[in-house]
Amino acid sequence: MKKVQFKSSYSQYLFLAPQLGILLIFLYWPIIQTFRDAFTMQDAFGFGATFVWFDNFLFIFDDPAYFIAFKFTIIYSFVITLITGSIGLLLAVQANNVMHGKSTYKTLLIWPYAIAPAVVGVMANYFFSERFGLLYHLFHELWGFNWYESVFDSYIYVIIAGSWKQISANFIFFLAGLQAIQKSVIEASMIDCKNSFRRFWTITFPLLMPTTFFLIIINITYAFFDTFGIIDTTTIGAPSGETRTLVYKAYMDGFRGLDLGSAGAQSIMMMLIVLVITIFQFRYIEGKIHYN
Amino acid sequence: MTRFITSSLSHFILLIGILIMVVPVWMIFASSTHTSSMINMNGLQIFLGDSFYENYLRVLLYQGGFFKEITALKMFFNSFIMATGVAILSVVTSLMAAYALVYYRIKHATLLFWIIFITILVPLELRIFPTYSVMAELNLVNSYFGLIVPISASAIATLFFRQFYKTIPDELLESAKLDGANTWRFFVDFLIPLSKTMIVAMLIFMFVFGYNQYLWPLLVTTSEQYWTVVMGLKMMSGSIVHRFAFVMMSMVPPILIIIVLQKHFIKGVFQDK
Repeated sequence: MKKVQFKSSYSQYLFLAPQLGILLIFLYWPIIQTFRDAFTMQDAFGFGATFVWFDNFLFIFDDPAYFIAFKFTIIYSFVITLITGSIGLLLAVQANNVMHGKSTYKTLLIWPYAIAPAVVGVMANYFFSERFGLLYHLFHELWGFNWYESVFDSYIYVIIAGSWKQISANFIFFLAGLQAIQKSVIEASMIDCKNSFRRFWTITFPLLMPTTFFLIIINITYAFFDTFGIIDTTTIGAPSGETRTLVYKAYMDGFRGLDLGSAGAQSIMMMLIVLVITIFQFRYIEGKIHYN
Repeated sequence: MTRFITSSLSHFILLIGILIMVVPVWMIFASSTHTSSMINMNGLQIFLGDSFYENYLRVLLYQGGFFKEITALKMFFNSFIMATGVAILSVVTSLMAAYALVYYRIKHATLLFWIIFITILVPLELRIFPTYSVMAELNLVNSYFGLIVPISASAIATLFFRQFYKTIPDELLESAKLDGANTWRFFVDFLIPLSKTMIVAMLIFMFVFGYNQYLWPLLVTTSEQYWTVVMGLKMMSGSIVHRFAFVMMSMVPPILIIIVLQKHFIKGVFQDK
């Protein structure tokens, strides 16, 4: 904290009020309602609600579809993190290597970051449509690709659609991380270690750890939440709900099924997952990385 | 010699990366300049056709939606209002809140800090129905206000501004105090000019964030008059080439902003020189 500050006075509340006000009304109030929904059950006509303790939670644990969505979300975030992280790192290392055209490469690789997931999904749709989709036909020739029926093939579809734009974000952050490493460190390591491949994994990569862990969190959050627009414009969960993320399932149960109790319970389960990941990040990972 | 080989390899890998990014978008663009029968017969195209003006003009001015009440042009207008509103509202409120957190000796500062920052862990997707019912209770469904405010309820920019303020030397406030600056003057005359890069970066970030919203506009706009571009993609009817054209146009504003302002964006987010 700052050593020199203004004395506490009423004016501090004027500065805090706008953000706090918006957060209280449009964030805390809905969160409280989420908890209320999760522990109550609406009657069939929506006139009243009864307190049911953990019934909504027990229902979702009994629901095989919830575990399918859970399994898919875990696989999806893991694969997206792995693919976009490694391709982003590979491209960033190359862009950091070249003498000429560094900023041109940066510009040419940065823009997909700006495209909305839903727009990416609509585009992916055209490449995976049975009628004229190039990738559909290519994969179909190779191994009889058919995402309408095969779970594996539908995974490939949403993984490609989900990874494409996220490569950009990984590239930008890794490149910034690489450029932040001091020249003298790299020069010193060049004398000690002639093999550039080994030098990367023993010197550069450990120095990139803070960036890497930051990106892991970013990518997991992306796969959890931002991919809603991608799923909703590509497979819509096909085949039979196998490619629904937890967020997508909660939305469908709440919106199509009008089951707000279940949607609320599922939201709280997801809050818990996010909380666990965050605590894990702070407790175990941040402590083990050496900054600078 | 080895230097030449490794650098050629780098260029080659980067080129492949760029192709993976550019080719899909280019093919949709090229296909959007053909006629529908051409696409239906021959699939996606690589070379440009000659229906560019025809297709794009029709999409911009066509009355779409279930009730044929909205044109793509109006959707762009709505998206622009929404994205600008989100950017300005979230950046202004974050700038102020971060100022109070860093520059005041507040009682319960830690508590306030957590009240604000824990919200980053609860994205809109996790509280979407209750947020909708709050909006319904406040009579804000189908309004620009309803599109903008819940998306602006974000502490991400606050976190960035707070980090940035903490790097500013204490001497600044000391000398400002000697000059007799009060809290408001210090904020407006010293801190805001110093934060310019960060402000621009956050405005860009939040603009793109607001423009790209999909689920929230889908839920909170039942009247076609408030449809935005990104959600409209799924709602608009039309032949295949018109869909291509709409997809292409939908990505232009955020891409343009990121490319034109990328220096400011990167400078602010990574705080490098």
